[in-house]
Amino acid sequence: MMTLANGPLRVDLKLIAEMVEPGARVLDVGCGEGALLDWLGRNRGVDGRGIELSMEGVSAGVAHGLSVIQGDADTDLKDYPSGAFDYVILSQTLQATHEPRKVLENMLRIGRRAIVSFPNFGHWRVRAHLLFRGTMPVTDTLVYQWYDTPNIHFCTIRDFLDLCRELNVRVDKSIALDRDGRVLPLPRAAGITNLFADQALFVLSRDA
Amino acid sequence: MPLLVARLRAKMISDLMSAEETLSPSDPTLPPDRRVELGLDRPIRLDCGVELGSVTVAYSTYGHLNADRSNAILICHALTGDHYVADPHPITGKPGWWADLVGPGRLLDTDRYFLICSNVLGSCMGTTGPAEIDPATGRPWGLSFPVITIGDMVEVQARLIDHLGIDQLFCVIGGSMGGMQVLEWAHSYPDRVFAAVPIATAARHSAQNIAFNEVGRQAIMADPDWCDGDYQSHGLRPKRGLAVARMAAHITYLSEPALHQKFGRNLQNRDRITYGFDADFQVESYLRHQGSTFVDRFDANSYLFITRAMDYFDLAAESGGVLANAFRGTRTRFCVVSFSSDWLFPTPESRAVVHALNAVAANVSFVEILSDKGHDAFLLDEPEFHATLAGFLDGAAAHRGLPPPTGQRRYGR
Repeated sequence: MMTLANGPLRVDLKLIAEMVEPGARVLDVGCGEGALLDWLGRNRGVDGRGIELSMEGVSAGVAHGLSVIQGDADTDLKDYPSGAFDYVILSQTLQATHEPRKVLENMLRIGRRAIVSFPNFGHWRVRAHLLFRGTMPVTDTLVYQWYDTPNIHFCTIRDFLDLCRELNVRVDKSIALDRDGRVLPLPRAAGITNLFADQALFVLSRDA
Repeated sequence: MPLLVARLRAKMISDLMSAEETLSPSDPTLPPDRRVELGLDRPIRLDCGVELGSVTVAYSTYGHLNADRSNAILICHALTGDHYVADPHPITGKPGWWADLVGPGRLLDTDRYFLICSNVLGSCMGTTGPAEIDPATGRPWGLSFPVITIGDMVEVQARLIDHLGIDQLFCVIGGSMGGMQVLEWAHSYPDRVFAAVPIATAARHSAQNIAFNEVGRQAIMADPDWCDGDYQSHGLRPKRGLAVARMAAHITYLSEPALHQKFGRNLQNRDRITYGFDADFQVESYLRHQGSTFVDRFDANSYLFITRAMDYFDLAAESGGVLANAFRGTRTRFCVVSFSSDWLFPTPESRAVVHALNAVAANVSFVEILSDKGHDAFLLDEPEFHATLAGFLDGAAAHRGLPPPTGQRRYGR
């Protein structure tokens, strides 16, 4: 039987995991082999479901006893009923979706809260790369060349916040992360965060 | 029906009726083929409106029912399958159709689960069907047998589960038409199904599949030996028609890559084509063999009735036109499996079921297994398929409070 990679949870996933209260209903979109769901099930008694694009990821997850379906964020969120989950999680995947806006809307429709993390295209290294080299940025967090990247909808933290405002989405929490997913102790100013955060993590809810 | 089969059946029935009286359902020394008469107290009302006074059901069980009666798995067989899941077939002598999956330490672990498989209503391996005698006339039912549905098959299975004293099944599992029964179970008896595994199946029979079934039926009916369905009275069997039906159907169970790998354009016992209609190609010879061996073990009228039941299957239509309604409020854990090269029940059919289950926020897993073996992959040695099933069953067992597996797991051949 296939097993999930043993060992500690990835730093950014650990951060997400600790935001979820015990017994919550969680949908992890782009769950990979289900490491987060597995941890939440064991440690938080969470009723977890996953959606994953890769056949290998789904097989590994299901073979590990997790409830995972093969599908993707663009096409498979629309079927879920409103309010079906307490949390809908999208970790490092938003930038790879075809319609990020619709994905975000669906996440907040089917979940009470959404937890979203993404690489920040506004980081100074990305800006400097484009400014000085004049080529599409390839960095430690953004490792693909322009022609083979699955990341088709990059955004900066500022872009993301603008979209949240447009969608009347409340930002309950925002965390700046370094390239390894560790929390960056930055002052709470969007301009500074947008310049120095490699990744950003947001907890969102519908504006009541 | 050949004399040999009839004799074999008569002997089995006499052996089994006596076994039924003396042994409890969980006795491992039970023979693989048992009979019970159901519906004596409460007639079985079919979807077509006809009432069947009583129905004989042939079934097998493996393993032990636990004290809580919570470890029972119902295995649902496909169109031409039967209840010889793990035991050699009494006519062909071939191993059971899921023999690789059933046994101690195997995926359907007889050390942990109590497995039940019954021959479906309308079939011909002991359960009431068109080849059996209609008690009202004393003659074989033939075409006067009522047209049955997947729902009727499941109703009869539910009666069997009642008879075995089981309230809730831990799992209902099956592929192809067996998967239709799984979906029907989850729809009709949501509280009696803890986990459901519909494999390589659909919530409705597609137009293409109805078309293929019609080809099969017309082949049977075009055989003069079919005698308008009354061949038993004439001591005949429409062997040629049934063989053609099987040959056409068999192609749909495979895939072009599978056929190509197995046969390609290879010639059968010859160096060159013969400019005739002999089986020049290996693939022709193979299909002819499949057709001719099939007629020894299957009844032509059963084939008509069961294919019709598949044609009529449409779970959405039973639920106000919306498939999700068929599963509203379900607490069953689902594991939907499809195979990438299956063109009889292609992945989109499974995905439609998954979308419907998502729409009611059901607990569902879904995997499309990468395989080039076509529809038949669910009967074959597919390690990733088996690993997926094992993981799902172990997860479901943990949620049901059943003990985890002990010792070495045995998969494959």
